[in-house]
Amino acid sequence: MQFRLRGDTIATMALAAAALFIIVLLVGLSYELYLGSSTSIAKFGIGFLVGSKWNPNKNALGALPFIYGTLVTSAIAIMIGLPISLGVAIFISERLKAHRSIGYLLGTIVDLLAAVPSVVYGLFGILVFAPLLSKYIETPLHQFLGFVPLFSGSPFQGGANFFSAGVILAIMIIPTMSAVTRDVLHAVPNSQREAMYSLGATDWEVTQKSVLPYSRSGIFGAFVLGLGRAVGETMAVVMVIGNIPSITSNLFSSGYSLSALIANEFGEASGLYRAAIVEVALILFFVALIINVFARLLLWRMTRGTQVRA
Amino acid sequence: METRDLKAIYGKLQALKGINLKFPENKVTAIMGPSGCGKSTLIRCLNRIHELTPGAKVQGEVILDGINIYDSKVDPVAIRRRIGMVFQKPNPFPTMTIYDNVVAGLKLNGVRNRNKLNELAEKSLRMAFLWDEVKNDLKKPGTALSGGQQQRLCIARSLAVEPEVILMDEPCSALDPIATAKVEESIVELKKEFTIIIVTHNLQQAARISDYTAFMYLGKLEEFGETVDIFENPKSELTEKYITGKFG
Amino acid sequence: MTSADGFSSVSWWRRLVNKSMTILILVAVVLAIVPLVFILAEVLIQGGSVISLGFLTHMPAGPTDKTGGIGPAIAGSFTMVGIASLISIPIGVGAGIFFSEWSSSKLSTVSGFMNDVLTGFPTMVIGLFVYIIIVLTTHEWSAFAGGVALSFIMIPIIARTTSESLSLVPNTLREASMALGVPRWRTIFRVVIGTGKTGLLTGIILSIARATGETAPLLLTAAASTHYITNIFNQPTASLTVLIYNYGTSGFPVWEAQAWGAALILILLMLGLNLFVKLVIGKNLTEARME
Repeated sequence: MQFRLRGDTIATMALAAAALFIIVLLVGLSYELYLGSSTSIAKFGIGFLVGSKWNPNKNALGALPFIYGTLVTSAIAIMIGLPISLGVAIFISERLKAHRSIGYLLGTIVDLLAAVPSVVYGLFGILVFAPLLSKYIETPLHQFLGFVPLFSGSPFQGGANFFSAGVILAIMIIPTMSAVTRDVLHAVPNSQREAMYSLGATDWEVTQKSVLPYSRSGIFGAFVLGLGRAVGETMAVVMVIGNIPSITSNLFSSGYSLSALIANEFGEASGLYRAAIVEVALILFFVALIINVFARLLLWRMTRGTQVRA
Repeated sequence: METRDLKAIYGKLQALKGINLKFPENKVTAIMGPSGCGKSTLIRCLNRIHELTPGAKVQGEVILDGINIYDSKVDPVAIRRRIGMVFQKPNPFPTMTIYDNVVAGLKLNGVRNRNKLNELAEKSLRMAFLWDEVKNDLKKPGTALSGGQQQRLCIARSLAVEPEVILMDEPCSALDPIATAKVEESIVELKKEFTIIIVTHNLQQAARISDYTAFMYLGKLEEFGETVDIFENPKSELTEKYITGKFG
Repeated sequence: MTSADGFSSVSWWRRLVNKSMTILILVAVVLAIVPLVFILAEVLIQGGSVISLGFLTHMPAGPTDKTGGIGPAIAGSFTMVGIASLISIPIGVGAGIFFSEWSSSKLSTVSGFMNDVLTGFPTMVIGLFVYIIIVLTTHEWSAFAGGVALSFIMIPIIARTTSESLSLVPNTLREASMALGVPRWRTIFRVVIGTGKTGLLTGIILSIARATGETAPLLLTAAASTHYITNIFNQPTASLTVLIYNYGTSGFPVWEAQAWGAALILILLMLGLNLFVKLVIGKNLTEARME
């Protein structure tokens, strides 16, 4: 009796310690970020978040360009990546029902994309893809649609700009989003599809009106996953975005992102400048936190009214 | 509606081995038989749902109003509107309200007029004997109803598009006796306007509500006739054994 | 056979929409696959031309010297992922077990929530954090710091996959075991983990693969190096990923080619691990995908 209880107690305590570690980790992380950026917060205040000039020499620092860059590249990534992921998921889960093995193969291929490390995406991006994008897509866009503010700048040969970074990010988040969406669609009971078919619906109508609504919350989960990944991504962005702080509607301009700044500048920074970069990290921390919490809230609301599985 | 030499394959198994059956108009025909006899497959062939299953094939003809629904010129999407289906487990669309569930088929087919939709929704819900229970709650989600109510909602949903034939695949097997009774009540009323084909493993139910009965065994049609005849004077020995409960 | 009205009267518009959507879906699939084929082809072609035994073992050389190799980088990556695994597997699995077996406790809820926040957290911030707590205090770049940073990325993944795998184990097994008088801790370690071990293993291997491919956390902890290390606590350590980053952005063709070579090795490693999981363990990997 005694012996057993001790075994249980030790095990419970050890396991609880592991769980506690995670709390310590996150709390410690936020604490250190806060501490490390305190001088910067004291000096720049709220202006840090809305200031658009980043001038280390004159100690005038505003992080808006980086927030902007992170948001713009992530937005492009989602706008391109989500529809494609959805399309792939629908194709594999709905259209390939009769050819399950091809679907599995296709799924594996797309999953392989997820196994490519971000730095390799960056390498591919800067040495191969961005120049190609610049030549075959960005330049024509500028030529024909240059009047649209988004395409108003002339892309440089290398193609290191918001747009290229956004596209590379899109490619990076597609495998995760499509894999999650695929599973979600797969989980829709067949009786739902059959009910829609028996009312006289086309394939697309069945997908659109029965399968997709049923999977709403799961698809939203995939979207959040992709967004979180895009926002936090460092390497692919730092290698392809150009690393020049700028706020402009021109997508073909070089830009900067929160994580790219940290990667580039932290190593040699000191004193107040270093604290400012830690503050940038703190901003990124909050962005990631907000996305996560926001997603949970929305997910909870979405599944509250209907009895659809999350 | 009638079938001519209907064969169905499911993977490597030949589930239907040549069925010839005429379903009398405006009557309730029950399809019965032991598990695995092919009754579900048969009914799913009647509205071309069977072919949606991977590995499923259909041969033979199913005639509706003189036209073979499997003819290459016929669009399955169009035909499925004319043949409604109610499934074994109630499957209302969970993301839609009761109202939206009922008019789902109508909206698909392009009916936009609010008044027409309301009119048809009420008519269908009345025919399914559900109107009185939900008329004030049409905005509630379809899944907020009890099992029996959900099934009647599914019936209303299939009625709204004004089909000619209604197929029911063991519609009451997931329901309690009271809910079953309500559904059976509506079936008996519905046959005045529709031809009803119902698969059931419940002998008493067949006896209660059907005018004609088809008995199937191992993919073949063993016997067909008026329900009273089948139950009192079965011609085939197998039929007799089934009815007297010697096997199920 | 005549097409009577009502037998083929699906409106042309609906048919058009149906067909167009099918085409769009196919376009999406192509768009998703083309980059993959492209990347893998590039890595194979460009990287393949540089691979040799010397390449895999030599130490790096100058930007125009073709005899340089990535030996230290390979060793460094292995070392740091090894350190990370030693740290993250016990903690991650432990936390995961706690989440699953004590799921109603407050500690579990709070920690679980924080774990979710940490999963997929921006890795650059993690690197910065470890820089502050280890590099600043020891005044050294080190493989240890790199390993710790990687472990902070691995722990949430392992904890989540462990917790999900164990949650799938039916409660009846636990009850049966306890009813036989087996103490709780034994029940967990023998019965529950025994049943859920494939899921556990999958999560661990996938997180190892993930850590191998990480760059940002290493930039500020292990930095970079041209030598094989002799001590994990006080020397900057090379890694495949940081090497690819540095060489790839250097602008020197020889180094760029070597970056492709390193990328090839890296991808082979990660693909190998992923395929191993899929083929040998072959379970549904939803949990593992929640990186």
